Amino acid sequence: MTKTVEEVKEWINTEEYKELNFKREAVVINPPKACQPLGAIFAASGFEKTLPYVHGSQGCTAYFRSNLSRHYREPFSTVSDSMTEDAAVFGGLNNIIEGLRNAHVLYQPSLIAMSTSCMAEVIGDDLNAFIGQAREKGSIPEDLPIPFAHTPSFVGSHITGYDSMLKAILENLHKRQKKTTSVKGSERTSLINIIPGFDPHVANIREIQYMLGIMGIKNLILADNSDVLDSPLTGEYAMYTGGTPLEDAIDASKNHGTIALQKNSTMNTIKYIQEEWENHPAFNMYPPMGIKLTDDFVEKISDLAGISVSKELEKYRGRAVDAATDAHQYIHGKRFAVFGDPDEVYGIVSFLLEMGGEPIHVLTATGSKTFKREMELLLASSPHGQGAKLYAGFDLWHMRSLLMTDPVDMMIGDSHGKWAARDANIPLIRIGYPIVDRVNMHRYPVIGYQGAINMITWIVNAFLEELDRNSDDAHFELLR
Amino acid sequence: MRQIAIYGKGGIGKSTTTQNTVAAMAEMGKKVMIVGCDPKADSTRLILHSKCQSTVMELARDRGSVEDLVLEDVLLTGYRDIKCAESGGPEPGVGCAGRGVITAINFLEENGAYDTGLDMVFYDVLGDVVCGGFAMPIREGKAQEIYIVTSGEMMAMYAANNIAKGILKYASTGKVRLAGLICNSRQVDKEYELIEALAERLGTQMIHFIPRDNVVQRAELRRQTVIEYSPEVAQAQEYRDLAKKIYENKNFVIPTPLEMEELEDLLVKYGFLSAEEVAETVPEEVAETVA
Repeated sequence: MTKTVEEVKEWINTEEYKELNFKREAVVINPPKACQPLGAIFAASGFEKTLPYVHGSQGCTAYFRSNLSRHYREPFSTVSDSMTEDAAVFGGLNNIIEGLRNAHVLYQPSLIAMSTSCMAEVIGDDLNAFIGQAREKGSIPEDLPIPFAHTPSFVGSHITGYDSMLKAILENLHKRQKKTTSVKGSERTSLINIIPGFDPHVANIREIQYMLGIMGIKNLILADNSDVLDSPLTGEYAMYTGGTPLEDAIDASKNHGTIALQKNSTMNTIKYIQEEWENHPAFNMYPPMGIKLTDDFVEKISDLAGISVSKELEKYRGRAVDAATDAHQYIHGKRFAVFGDPDEVYGIVSFLLEMGGEPIHVLTATGSKTFKREMELLLASSPHGQGAKLYAGFDLWHMRSLLMTDPVDMMIGDSHGKWAARDANIPLIRIGYPIVDRVNMHRYPVIGYQGAINMITWIVNAFLEELDRNSDDAHFELLR
Repeated sequence: MRQIAIYGKGGIGKSTTTQNTVAAMAEMGKKVMIVGCDPKADSTRLILHSKCQSTVMELARDRGSVEDLVLEDVLLTGYRDIKCAESGGPEPGVGCAGRGVITAINFLEENGAYDTGLDMVFYDVLGDVVCGGFAMPIREGKAQEIYIVTSGEMMAMYAANNIAKGILKYASTGKVRLAGLICNSRQVDKEYELIEALAERLGTQMIHFIPRDNVVQRAELRRQTVIEYSPEVAQAQEYRDLAKKIYENKNFVIPTPLEMEELEDLLVKYGFLSAEEVAETVPEEVAETVA
């Protein structure tokens, strides 16, 4: 018997459909993840006078650029060497020879960061050999750094691409360090390297720098794309704005140590630093979202720097704790669905738990075994996490089934969640990547103490807005 | 128009067999086209009497894209009006040869190479069907008849069996059928019986047994088929027989590929391995079955 549209519309909200949906194998619907090269060119954009270069097809590159431009509402300069059908058959050597020459002559970058689209990866183009041959042919000067990363999108996601490209750039620059002296304790600087990870909220970098400033800790952001992705409007276009100075990145191993503020997007980079940079402590941690994780960060960086926490930072923290206390009753006991990249989802869940919120559906498109274990430990550590279930490796059509069969009060994630949120008739708080249907979200931090205040503000005010809009006259109150 | 694909292990003599057979077909008055699907582009030299013809991919690269080609550039005419095209492809170790085959065949189709009143089209495909591109000739709407060139050597039979597995995949969803094994003799002991037995196990036939004859090499050195070089010799008659059998063939099957053990069993049974070798190389249970 054929069902009518109305019947199907009802049926997809049922438990029966949810079970079928979770058995789905053949298709992925609305996955909350992007391609590897998108992460790679994002990492590259954080270095001074660096030109992201995609060896592969033009259409892929246009997608990465427009996707990033829509999130930041900024131009995002990236070139591609436009592989076409003949390149797919004969290999992309000529595209690299000509592409690098054009990129160098037209845009005069100090560094070209090369990643690949799937096409080049499927046919197995050898970037190392091809770049070498391009140098031999005189496409680019002998000393122009061309770090490269193989970034097939049929493996991993944008965070994998970010990790591979960042590692490639740091490795390439590190080799350019003048080896006049070996790095001994006394010669090391007091700077601490901060790796933000694939962090779509540019203001997070500014927040970290503000906090480190009042703690008196000097730092170097590795892949600093603040000023690149929120560059001031002056009326004049500049191809290159901001970015970590290459000279500083070359000597980054001489700094005191390195902390990465995301785990899953920096695994290989941190491993590389730990293995190759002499006497240089390096580790990664979950992003400092909410009070608890920010405290963890402050503690770790104070230990590393050998500096005790300043009074001013304590006051700064105190304001966030005050904001949390003022607002906790609006979050306590509320049920949440959270999705996005593993690191950010971990941070949001930790924040919700400390506010007494109850994460129910926790969903990521990717996620290592370590991530799953750590997330499950986090959930188990709080009475508010007992109703939660982690879905790692799922998509937003799965999320929709969860929302319809086991409703929650609010969803937190990027813009792609808006259809599921609409069907479930709940508000969506936008944190993550991409946010392409609201303005300026990247200009607000979600990490650090100010980030905690922002998250509280958005979440609570969204609930109160709902309450006001849906109240009848008798319950429409001035005070909330 | 019948479309026929010739597969088989690398170096087994696919191109030589195909061109000689096609020459014999042409002699019978048939209009035939050969499409070489191998980056080495050596599928048409005996028909065109040239070193190697310009390939679709080579010209596409020189001119910028496939759209810049016209059919006349890549579809040449050789011995007895046989039409010849080569897909071409990259040097070993770079790029994607399979994609080259796909691009070239699409080009030939879109530009009317098949619309010239042909009776038969032969695809001569690179030995190891390493990826989907080399299955292009047997995708929907193209070759539905496949012949596998083999010899009594173990690796050639192993490859033939593997190709049969590939055909099975396409046969179950389409009209592709195995039409027979062509034994290109390497003078292996009991080769005739062995390949007949293999054909039977695969559910097909050994359509012809081509004996080994040095006249083939002598003709090749002159860039000619035996049919053209010395039409009177016995070997030329062998190719004529094969051409006739292919033309009249109606035995098209979905193959039943063998398990590895069965294949080894077959080799042992026909005395390919001596008793001592059986003990050394064949797993005990197989040796026991044989004993």
